[in-house]
Amino acid sequence: MMKTTAVNMTEKEYLLSGNRTCPGCALSLAYRYILKALEGQVVATVPASCLTVLHGMYPVTSVTVPCVNTPFASSAASATGLVAGLKALGKEGVTVLAIAGDGGTHDIGIQALSAAAERQTDFLYICYDNEGYMNTGNQRSGSTPLGAISGTTPILGKQQNQKDIAAIMEAHDIPYVSTANASYPLDLYEKVRKAKTIRGTRFIHVFVPCSPGWGFPFSDTIRIGRLAVETGWVILYEVEDGIFRLTSASESIARRGSLKPLREYLMEQGRFKNITEEQINELQGWVNARWKRCLERAVNL
Amino acid sequence: MGTRECQHICGESSPAVGEAGKTGEWRDSFPVIDQAKCLPVRQNKPACFLCWLYCPDAVISRTIPIEIDMKYCKGCGICAQICPAHAITMVNEEEFCPHETD
Amino acid sequence: MILVSKKITKKVTTWILDGNHAAAQGAKLSRVQVIAAYPITPQSPVTETLSEFVEGGKLDAQYIAVESEHSALAVCTSASMVGARTFTATSAHGLAYMHEMLHWAAGARLPVVLACVNRAIGAPWNVLNDQQDSISQRDTGWIQIYARNNQEVLDSIIQAYKIAESVYVPVMVCYDGYVLSHTEMPVNVPLQEDVDRFLPPYKPHTILDPANPKNYNLVTLANPRINAEGVLCHGYMELRYLLQEALQNSRETITTVGREFGELFGRSYARMFWEDRLDDADIVIVAMGSLAMEAIVAADMLREAGHKVGVLGLRVFRPFPKSDVVQALEKSRLVVVFDKNISYGIEGATCSEIKSALYGNSVRAVIRNFIVGLGGRDVKARELVDAVNKSLLSLKEGVLNEEYPEWICDI
Repeated sequence: MMKTTAVNMTEKEYLLSGNRTCPGCALSLAYRYILKALEGQVVATVPASCLTVLHGMYPVTSVTVPCVNTPFASSAASATGLVAGLKALGKEGVTVLAIAGDGGTHDIGIQALSAAAERQTDFLYICYDNEGYMNTGNQRSGSTPLGAISGTTPILGKQQNQKDIAAIMEAHDIPYVSTANASYPLDLYEKVRKAKTIRGTRFIHVFVPCSPGWGFPFSDTIRIGRLAVETGWVILYEVEDGIFRLTSASESIARRGSLKPLREYLMEQGRFKNITEEQINELQGWVNARWKRCLERAVNL
Repeated sequence: MGTRECQHICGESSPAVGEAGKTGEWRDSFPVIDQAKCLPVRQNKPACFLCWLYCPDAVISRTIPIEIDMKYCKGCGICAQICPAHAITMVNEEEFCPHETD
Repeated sequence: MILVSKKITKKVTTWILDGNHAAAQGAKLSRVQVIAAYPITPQSPVTETLSEFVEGGKLDAQYIAVESEHSALAVCTSASMVGARTFTATSAHGLAYMHEMLHWAAGARLPVVLACVNRAIGAPWNVLNDQQDSISQRDTGWIQIYARNNQEVLDSIIQAYKIAESVYVPVMVCYDGYVLSHTEMPVNVPLQEDVDRFLPPYKPHTILDPANPKNYNLVTLANPRINAEGVLCHGYMELRYLLQEALQNSRETITTVGREFGELFGRSYARMFWEDRLDDADIVIVAMGSLAMEAIVAADMLREAGHKVGVLGLRVFRPFPKSDVVQALEKSRLVVVFDKNISYGIEGATCSEIKSALYGNSVRAVIRNFIVGLGGRDVKARELVDAVNKSLLSLKEGVLNEEYPEWICDI
């Protein structure tokens, strides 16, 4: 398969301009490539989230794929219904895509997601993770990092670190789990392309920096996303039938270099303005331990 | 004349550009491309196009020369930051306002 | 037994079925395509029977073993949006758990059919019968039908699909837990080919096609908004108006479907409620579900004592049959409403709604409300008789409308 570049990438857009996302929105960027990778042959289901707003307001939508909005906790259940309905009607050739934020995935939506995976539902679930309930004003979520200021941790910052949703999904023994990042759209594109061809429950965790929520200039979105990978906060990998491979920039770093100090990533963001040295050390330790495990697991190093 | 004419019985939305209006009106700076530095222009063939790739709103065209839809460009500045040839500069709207967003 | 009707010749078989099995048969005969249900006492046999039909190849459907009732209805709504005929069943806490989705299904105008096996809701725990669960959901925009016996359970489910798919409003068929769900009765089970003749295929109003992409149930503003073609589209309120309008107008569809059912299967459901000896009655007992059958026994006893008592057995609770109720109660001087539910802070729900129907009309009956049977408390005909007699005595006081209901319990 020829490597996709900006020059040969499919040109057709499924995301229409003039939509409601913030300037520099990484979700918007990620969604562009998710839909391109699926060639628009998709029925999406979307819970309450920033993506709902991206999609627009009745009677106009900014996206040219069929979409079913669904209550917050039910993305994976709604997707299950779409899969069942399409099967009942004998309709083939579309990917059922549940795409939810970290709120709808790690927290209120985790029950339905876990069950859909356990039932081996044939759908693609993408979690776009901006590490907070951004649509409602940046309240803390199960994905918000230790030390981060949020709407509901406004003074002391979050006292617990995030949960590792990709690891949780791996524990469901599903055929495909991967992590991706809006700052590496070609890697994201390839992962969605691959996921499209696999049957069963497929889960992709997409890191999506949020300018207003995290406190950085919106022109820095790509840079912050890359810094997350360069410091090991985000590790780009793929687990296909249990086989673990590092990809993209994480693979390059593993082969040729080492991680930058996490501090460089944290200090760029307003949400970490009150983070303590102790918390930074704790996070650095967590990042180091996780990176070490990934290096040990990766079959392609 | 009421809304019954639309014949919807539930919230059924259809796709259109500019759902949020003229989002170009949001920006306070806008991208300017120096064609002399732009790689596809210099090489006169498809190349680079990273600005097209990284634009969150898909307002940049993958053409030679590159065109930016100023009606909808939100002025985020990602294209300026990402361009490897430093061909794009963000210019403050207050200083120089050539654009009508009508 | 062979019945010859004007239209078709049919064989009818009589089975001994409890309410749960009657419900499962109703869903099976309706050729449901996607079933998503979570077990809860006393509904569990419905889901088990349906999974048996599916695994045994007797029903060509997908049975999704969801992990919660909220997910059950989410599966059904999305499958319904694609165009599949869907079914779910639940009780009490399960119905409460899917409350959000009940609102969603109605607002999305999806013809999901749900069997609610009426059970008490906690705290404290109680698995036995009352109607608090479905009564609590009366504001969600679902059509609600209550069955008096297992025949009505089966028949109502089949009719529910025809009604739902005509008016695009979801339908809840309610029947009393244990009293009906676990009690066996003779039930005529129609033949599949006859049900196929009765039930046309489901035509969804929603399109999920990448070639013609639409987005359903996005954020809708308070005010109407113009679309890209310049057409003024609904605000939230107009969409909700249309749901209310659909429920108001559904009375006609419900009675027409009920009449058609009668013509094909010999059991008519052409009225919004059951009437027993209302023609000459000046005392009317109002009850809903299996209680309406008990009320007939009470009416027998009261008639023997010389009272002209009739029974109004409510069947369709939503939409509430206001004008029909006014007509039925025209001649009455005493209406005794028995509620197996209570809207805390006021009174039994059916009593409130009866009063609402009668306001502004010429009916000047005294109305008395009794709360009975909560948490599976057995309701004896004798107790209903005593309540009516007590109400009759209270007529002397001239009080038209008591502030709060009386409870038949041991407090």
